Amino acid sequence: MSIQVLIPTPLRKHTSGAGQISCNASSLPELLGVLGLSYPELRRHICDEQGQLRRFLNVYVNEEDIRFLGGSDYRFSDGDEVLLIPSIAGGAS
Amino acid sequence: MTERYELQCRECRTSVGNRPSSVCEECFSPLEVTYDYDDIRTCLTREAIAQRAPGIWRYRELLPVADEYEATLPIGFTPLVPAPQLARHFRSRRLFLKNDCFCFPTLSFKDRVVAMAMAQARRFGFEVVGCASTGNLANAVAAQAARAGLRACVLIPADLESAKVVNTQVYGARLVRVAGNYDQVNRLCSQIADAYHWGFVNVNLRAYYAEGSKTVGYEIAEQLGWRLPDNVVVPMAGGSLITKIKKAFDELVKLGLVEPKPVKIFGAQATGCSPISTAVKAGQSDIAPQKPSTVARSLAIGNPADGHYAIQAITGSGGWAEDVSDKEVVDAMQLLAATEGVFAETAGGVTVGVARKLFAQGRISPDETTVLCITGNGLKTVEALQGRLELPEPIPAKLAAFQEHIADEAEAVAV
Repeated sequence: MSIQVLIPTPLRKHTSGAGQISCNASSLPELLGVLGLSYPELRRHICDEQGQLRRFLNVYVNEEDIRFLGGSDYRFSDGDEVLLIPSIAGGAS
Repeated sequence: MTERYELQCRECRTSVGNRPSSVCEECFSPLEVTYDYDDIRTCLTREAIAQRAPGIWRYRELLPVADEYEATLPIGFTPLVPAPQLARHFRSRRLFLKNDCFCFPTLSFKDRVVAMAMAQARRFGFEVVGCASTGNLANAVAAQAARAGLRACVLIPADLESAKVVNTQVYGARLVRVAGNYDQVNRLCSQIADAYHWGFVNVNLRAYYAEGSKTVGYEIAEQLGWRLPDNVVVPMAGGSLITKIKKAFDELVKLGLVEPKPVKIFGAQATGCSPISTAVKAGQSDIAPQKPSTVARSLAIGNPADGHYAIQAITGSGGWAEDVSDKEVVDAMQLLAATEGVFAETAGGVTVGVARKLFAQGRISPDETTVLCITGNGLKTVEALQGRLELPEPIPAKLAAFQEHIADEAEAVAV
């Protein structure tokens, strides 16, 4: 399944500057694995110690939040465009 | 330039200094402004604050602005008023309204946060400021950008109330209506911020901007005679205001400006967009996003960025979150207006409606001091009252016609 992954600027230093990556994956967990093989630093930054996507990173597939599509169970279709966007919170200490 | 603050990652605590930045580049968690409280303790006293002009800048040491920053606009210091008639409805004995319906210059609490964003736009040399907004932020950005001589580009969901649209355009801001909900507008803004060198109020300036919300908390404490309330009820959209009010109370305690005291934090949402209250009621620490559908458009954020922290603030304080139907929202707007003479926007209806529920559930004790945060003016959302108020037929300008017209008014007494 060939999908396009769009990488936001703050993450590009971990993808040798690439803003768009083509890869083959059928689900989000598989995509994280595939990205990790090519870009281990990227995976370290977007996943926590348990290998889960970090809490503040949102994933969109063709502009829809993947959580509305079934999250990790969602099966990518050929040509899907996947967008990683940090959820921007103000926080409070 | 003397800056007594800097950005730090909320999760991994990496310090990043001061720069326009949306997230920690190490772990993609949110950034938070931190201060040197030991330094602030030496100069910020109740007496020093009392000498200063009313407004958010009287707490300037606790805001992300350099000592040299010339802050002139009289923003904030809105009335904290007792609400005895409304209190009777709730069987409360000490109820207050923190009334940001009258915030300068655009009649909502967003004037406070945008003041911080404008200071940063100057500091970092941006010529264009942008934002994604459900309306109030759009108004505040457009007005303050005009005042500061900056260009503004404001993105809103296409279905916003007409007053919020006019209130943005009149200042000369570039308005972009997006066919979609706020969450879609916000995602688009993240992408735009990535591509353009603009100061995006709620993206790369967000950590600074959100600090302005703390002034609601400082003012409540000062206006209560430097005491913290027992309970505060706060409307929630992205969840930032409620976390910042808590931060403000914690800071005042840390600085010795108020006696330590547990404050229960209560969050209010409309049922048609209630990701945070749903999570609190289910005992979850993270939100599940929703597709909003509510009359309270200013709160219609289905994927609240600060949802996780709002849940922490609420549950950690022993508070609770509730939500109310659209009918209850409008009922509460009318109740607030009819009892206290305050015409709040739909978000105010959400807060008052939820407060009513919390009192009825016994979650707020009647004898405790409770503050309801009213965050925006009702003139901005008059559409919500459609069908509720009947426009009377005109009468001839004759006394007899008036008497006939008023005959059903039992208390009308002719002199």
